[in-house]
Amino acid sequence: MTQNILEMKSITKVFPGVRALDDVSLTVARGEIHAICGENGAGKSTLMKVLSGVYPHGTYEGDIVYENETQSFKNIRDSEAKGIVIIHQELALSPHLSIAENIFLNNEIKRFGLIDWNKTGVEAQTLMARVGLVEKPDTKISEIGVGKQQLVEIAKALSKRVKLLILDEPTAALNDEDSAHLLDLLRHLKGQGISCIIISHKLNEIASIADKTTIIRDGKTIETLDMKKDAVTQERIIKGMVGREMDNRYPTHTSNVGEEIFRVENWTAHHPEDKNRVVVDGVNLNVRKGEIVGLAGIMGAGRTEFARSLFGKSWGSHITGKAFVNGKEADVSNIRAAIKSGLAYATEDRKRFGLNLLDDIRRNITIASLDKFVKSGLVDDNKEFTVASEYRKSMNIKAPSVLSIVGKLSGGNQQKVVLSQWINVDPEVLILDEPTRGIDVGAKYEIYTIIQRLADEGKGVIVISSELPELLGICDRIYAIAEGRITGEVTKDKATPELLMKYMTAEKGTK
Amino acid sequence: MSNPVSEKTSLIANLRGRLEGVNLRQNGIFIALVALIAFFGATTPNAASLTPDNWSNLVVQNGYILVLAIGMVMVIIAGHIDLSVGSLAAYIGAVAGVLVVRPLEQDGWDWLPALPWWAGILGAILVGALVGVWQGFWVAYVGIPAFIVTLAGMLLFRGMALMTLQNSNIGPFPDEFRAIGNGFLDKDNAFGSALGIPADYNAMALIVTAIGVVALLLQALRQRAGRIKYGQPVEPRVWFYVKLVALSAMIVYVGIQLAKANGIPLTLILLVFLIVVYTIVMNKTTFGRHIYAIGGNIHAAMLSGINVRRVNFWLFVNMGALAAISGVLIAARMNSAVPKAGDGFELDAISSVFIGGAAVQGGVGTVAGSMVGGMIQGVLANGMNLNSVGIDSQMTVKGLVLLLAVAFDVWSKNRK
Repeated sequence: MTQNILEMKSITKVFPGVRALDDVSLTVARGEIHAICGENGAGKSTLMKVLSGVYPHGTYEGDIVYENETQSFKNIRDSEAKGIVIIHQELALSPHLSIAENIFLNNEIKRFGLIDWNKTGVEAQTLMARVGLVEKPDTKISEIGVGKQQLVEIAKALSKRVKLLILDEPTAALNDEDSAHLLDLLRHLKGQGISCIIISHKLNEIASIADKTTIIRDGKTIETLDMKKDAVTQERIIKGMVGREMDNRYPTHTSNVGEEIFRVENWTAHHPEDKNRVVVDGVNLNVRKGEIVGLAGIMGAGRTEFARSLFGKSWGSHITGKAFVNGKEADVSNIRAAIKSGLAYATEDRKRFGLNLLDDIRRNITIASLDKFVKSGLVDDNKEFTVASEYRKSMNIKAPSVLSIVGKLSGGNQQKVVLSQWINVDPEVLILDEPTRGIDVGAKYEIYTIIQRLADEGKGVIVISSELPELLGICDRIYAIAEGRITGEVTKDKATPELLMKYMTAEKGTK
Repeated sequence: MSNPVSEKTSLIANLRGRLEGVNLRQNGIFIALVALIAFFGATTPNAASLTPDNWSNLVVQNGYILVLAIGMVMVIIAGHIDLSVGSLAAYIGAVAGVLVVRPLEQDGWDWLPALPWWAGILGAILVGALVGVWQGFWVAYVGIPAFIVTLAGMLLFRGMALMTLQNSNIGPFPDEFRAIGNGFLDKDNAFGSALGIPADYNAMALIVTAIGVVALLLQALRQRAGRIKYGQPVEPRVWFYVKLVALSAMIVYVGIQLAKANGIPLTLILLVFLIVVYTIVMNKTTFGRHIYAIGGNIHAAMLSGINVRRVNFWLFVNMGALAAISGVLIAARMNSAVPKAGDGFELDAISSVFIGGAAVQGGVGTVAGSMVGGMIQGVLANGMNLNSVGIDSQMTVKGLVLLLAVAFDVWSKNRK
């Protein structure tokens, strides 16, 4: 019996057109906390989905050796039966059921075919004690905070006799106190022989808790660092994560930057449900005419929340701060007013928030600027068609005609429809949230060209992205945001991935 | 020698190419309606379903459901539902009765004289719109699902109808009022006899039909020419003309039948007017386009700057006004306001909309489709009645038709 609980050997996973994992290996020793680091899209989650059977045996190449046996999991049930439990970033709890019911969901304690509630309560209490959760077992999930919900997930894992616990960004949504408690718990479980894989962006956490760290980049294993022996610094991990060569994936462009067109002062927003949680914390930034400004931050840093709270207060509560367009204070109290003030916001999630997938290209392009097409009270559909067809040409939207249904287009073409929609509003400032998420390299290049064209027309452009190379490739200036605060601002000539990553992972109190 | 197989396949390919751009679903249900009419023409004794009087009946008996269906399709496209319209129609009938006939002396409103018929109708529609304000407030501004608000409304307005009528009927209505439900355009053919046209045909009906067909042809040709001018894709030319000729022929046929009966029912005139107005509203106004946008993706609609609450609110005000018109039609037709009026009509209206191709999730549907859907139900009921099919079988058939129509929708969507 070796001391390794898990060995993933040469895992390769191919999606149509994308090599998500390319010859990735991962070895986890028994009773070890093993961190996995990498940028968004590097392949961390895919690797965990292979391990837990979400992608069943046969859909990938390579071997999973767990407990000295080669495994062929067909689904999550198979992997859970062997003691591998994955806890996702979005918790999988049923909000209207109690803590005890959630812990034993689909794993109920039965007697004569009926649920034994007495035993369920007692067992739940034992498990809750093990994870340090002080609540009544019959409290509803919706009545406890995210930190405690995370503990319920771990208790649920324990009830399944977990041997290898996988946590995906477990502290992303937690405050400092809850995070500290969670990390303590992981150390405690390690003492009980439970191995743990943790995916995290928070490098100081990794430095403090992990025994080993494996870095993945572009679907490949870069290195595995022994945190004890190698005296690994955060800088060292950052270098491994971003150390890719910049090539000509970005069109060359010289910005013609003019006067200030947009300024935000002391912008603060709270979570819509948890009104005490500050998600956007006193953000100050400015954009000049013809300038492309990046907003860098890891997921959950408050990038999208900032943009949406700014765009007509479409997210959050207790929003305070001032916005100025061309030096005049802008009314952004609702979306219509924000659009009128010259703002436009293209969402990160085009399918959920950006497009009417049932309708055609034409009507999706014109919906935000429909008033421009009204002639004596009626919408002129010929004019709509003409204008939309112009966008189809200039944006290179690949579809037989603008009457094609948007739901049938590829991601890149859908993104071009979203951009067309907002460009036709003719705003002063465009906020583009993850404009290239989920689209292929060729379409990305086209989107970058469009962004640069907008800047050349004298608009201010804010690009939100978690891909650092992208921001470094197209932006004139980049702000970094972490935990809702602007933690750094660098101009193009001074920006390096290492510097930005340092800002992006800055914790409160450090700068 | 040519190979017959390849010739045949190329013919099919050719046909398929020509049929591209033809909306199979919309045309499909229209063809289903025509087939249904032909079927009952062949099976009813003495082709009773095709007699002039039966055509006339078909129109006036379904008018009030179709008026409800116009409002309903808008509500359903936006992703809501309205279960209260049947009860609301009954309540409005009662209100109209009280306003116009004024039979209730003990209700404390004695000082108010009976209103002239037209003022009574306007008043009734106003009350309907106010009820829509009530429902729109709860749906749009409080955020209660329309299913709940209108389920409550269904009970509420039925109760209010009973209270207003004090558990009896109100009637009879003045002749002008009754005419809306029962009247005909120039029934006595005074116009025709002045022109010297034989009394077998109502001259006014023939003229109105001719005007209608010419207007339809001009509009269709103008629209097509405009689209071609701007380079928009259009239906294949042959298909366009075949469809136009078939549609015109049908209108002419029905028009002649109505001319042989009592002339054109006033209900039909009102209905056609509403269909035209609301087709324009849904296709060519920002309000209509916002309704589709909200039903298609409410989050995207909101982030596009659409005031979703305001649109939802006016949708229900509009539904209230249309339900009121329907209520007036029912009261006029029965010549009496009764507590049980409009019972279950909301379900007929909803069925019409779904048979007419609207999507349960919202975002999809047309006024014209819902009208055809409503007529399919109307022709089915009418034909089965003439064939002396019992109410038990009728309900079974109606249920199956609704289920199969929507199943066909789901199937054709999944196939793509």
